[in-house]
Amino acid sequence: MSDATQSTPAPKRSALQALEIDTRLLGMVGAFIVVCLVFNVLTDGRFLTPRNIFNLTIQTVSVAIMATGMVFIIVTRHIDLACGALLATCSAIMAMTQTAYLPQLVGLPLGHPAIPWIAIAVGMSAGALIGAFQGWMVGYLAIPAFIVTLGGLLIWRNVGWYLTNGQTIGPLDPTFMQFGGINGTLGTTWSWIIGILAVVAAIWALFSARRNKIAHDFPVKPMWAELVNAGIIATAVLGFIAILNSYEIPRGRLRRLFEARGETLPDDFTAAYGLPISVLLLIAIAIGMTVIAKKTRLGRYIFATGGNPDAAELSGVNTRLLTVKVFALMGALCAISAVVASARLTNHSNDIGTLDELRVIAAAVIGGTALSGGIGTIHGAILGALIMQSLQSGMAMVGVDAPLQNIVVGTVLVVAVLVDIIYRKRLGAK
Amino acid sequence: MATPLVDLKDISISFGGVRAVDNVSINLMPGEVVGLLGHNGAGKSTLIKILSGAYQKDSGEIWIDGEKAEINSPRDARRYNIETIYQTLALADNLDAASNLFLGRELTTAFGFVDEAKMESETKKIMARLNPNFKKLGEPVSALSGGQRQSVAIARAVYFNAKILIMDEPTAALGVHETQMVADLIKELKAQGLGIFLISHDTREMLDLCDRVSVMKNGALVGTERVEDVTEDDILSMIILGKNPKEAA
Ligand SMILES: Nc1ncnc2c1ncn2[C@@H]1O[C@H](COP(=O)(O)OP(=O)(O)OP(=O)(O)O)[C@@H](O)[C@H]1O
Ligand SMILES: [Mg+2]
Repeated sequence: MSDATQSTPAPKRSALQALEIDTRLLGMVGAFIVVCLVFNVLTDGRFLTPRNIFNLTIQTVSVAIMATGMVFIIVTRHIDLACGALLATCSAIMAMTQTAYLPQLVGLPLGHPAIPWIAIAVGMSAGALIGAFQGWMVGYLAIPAFIVTLGGLLIWRNVGWYLTNGQTIGPLDPTFMQFGGINGTLGTTWSWIIGILAVVAAIWALFSARRNKIAHDFPVKPMWAELVNAGIIATAVLGFIAILNSYEIPRGRLRRLFEARGETLPDDFTAAYGLPISVLLLIAIAIGMTVIAKKTRLGRYIFATGGNPDAAELSGVNTRLLTVKVFALMGALCAISAVVASARLTNHSNDIGTLDELRVIAAAVIGGTALSGGIGTIHGAILGALIMQSLQSGMAMVGVDAPLQNIVVGTVLVVAVLVDIIYRKRLGAK
Repeated sequence: MATPLVDLKDISISFGGVRAVDNVSINLMPGEVVGLLGHNGAGKSTLIKILSGAYQKDSGEIWIDGEKAEINSPRDARRYNIETIYQTLALADNLDAASNLFLGRELTTAFGFVDEAKMESETKKIMARLNPNFKKLGEPVSALSGGQRQSVAIARAVYFNAKILIMDEPTAALGVHETQMVADLIKELKAQGLGIFLISHDTREMLDLCDRVSVMKNGALVGTERVEDVTEDDILSMIILGKNPKEAA
């Protein structure tokens, strides 16, 4: 078992190795760029307009939020087929809370500032509780997650139906609707501020990690590589903000906004949407989930349990309770997705989130989450969701028939997993 | 007589119809190495898994330091400072050596986040003692050789100031040099006053390292002898025939 071969560090490191960029991530970003460019050509440049990019991002948010939770579920070797249905139940609960329960039972008048927040809190509690219950059945009663959530798929969609008697509930509270996308954006100035803050934070994180490594005598990347990484991050973040800031609010809509305030629209006035609050929410969740995955014990236990459940149990991890926590987290995320989805549609309808479970699983899997457990990243899942959404909207813009769209998406899912398997074999990992 | 560190009394466990451990009693004194020998499937691993909390006994009692102990999970065993190197190693293949070493007991920063750098440098230190050639600190343990994996499992058991150490075939995959290092480690830990249960099929190694050896056959205890009172042949006949030649004599 001598490691003589390993004892000399590899002398030549390619530029890519020095940057320590995950090649798998690079491949996905590459695939995403190719998809965008191809559709841009096919649509005569309509795909990569600020307007379409804006729409693409707000359409991705709901699935992407749930996909971050699905990563943890799949990493621990489970599956959640109920997330779309749970989204519907949470959406129904929140819609009823803000339009019926609070005004009629508690007596808060419609439009009261506390209403949206109470509704969201109720929805998230319900989601977490239902998730925890499903997790308890999986962890403590040892019913396979596939069965528990297959049952849940039927149960929660129809619990949602009973809560609303099958009716569409709307319009929702105006503040609540700001989480939907187009109805809640930060405008140019705040978008820039957030973008710059994000860049500063990212660079600070990069260099504090470097300092920490040096303090413990670990090898670090060459300085130029660190700077290139920082440059890539800054360009990506600020470029994204610039694109969103160049999508101008149509004049008709501006006129209505001004009239609502009793003013008239000046002739030379323009304003852009900027960063949607829903996208900001997704970014915050992505950061939070990544911190959980990488920096907390909970995250460690999730990945250890996925890698080897017996080893985790023998090392003192309470894997049953862990299952409950992971499903509860997923439930809470379903509720947040329900906020975004129903706010985007401005109402709750019965079929909200239908088939989302499949999109969410596909996003996580395209994003590199291994169904055999133990492997997966949050940013990968979000990128997976973005790729799926781009494919779908791109094909719709090109005018591909709906049945063919689904055939393509299905094929992409299978091929993506095949490519992943081949890639991992090459790497020698599992 | 001093109180034993561990006293296993009349332990039994069955899997379905198989009585894997049948009324076995053994004990362990501080600073003592007790070897467990026996054919494949004799019940050695099962017995020590009861002590480490991986299995729950059907009957019998576990006494630690003169007090009756309730060990129903690996977490309970850790509370009694029992550390175990499992025959199957019990590593999470997708995680690196440091993550495995500290699994369940991560070092954290003041903010409650896991302190990756600290854990890695601690791992580096302890691995240097066990296996100086070990360099693959950042890679998932699935990329390690059998012996390297074993070194990680050993490091995990000895890092956390155990009082009772269980080693189930710790040197099965190790090279000559690494086996010697583990033997030295066992002697060092013994000198520090730890009690060690050691399982191995290498009779000569056992006679060298252990103070007493217990032989099991088909789940039952054949006998326990001080090493200075028996020859290698005596032990072999205990393992194969299931009879204690000294008692027969
Ligand atoms: N989880 C289990 N379920 C069913 N039977 C088991 C289980 N664990 C062990 N056994 C049985 O119990 C008996 C004792 O097994 P054990 O692993 O303790 O043997 P061992 O003495 O450690 O053998 P070896 O030298 O091969 O490691 C065997 O017959 C085995 O098949
Ligand atoms: Mg064994």
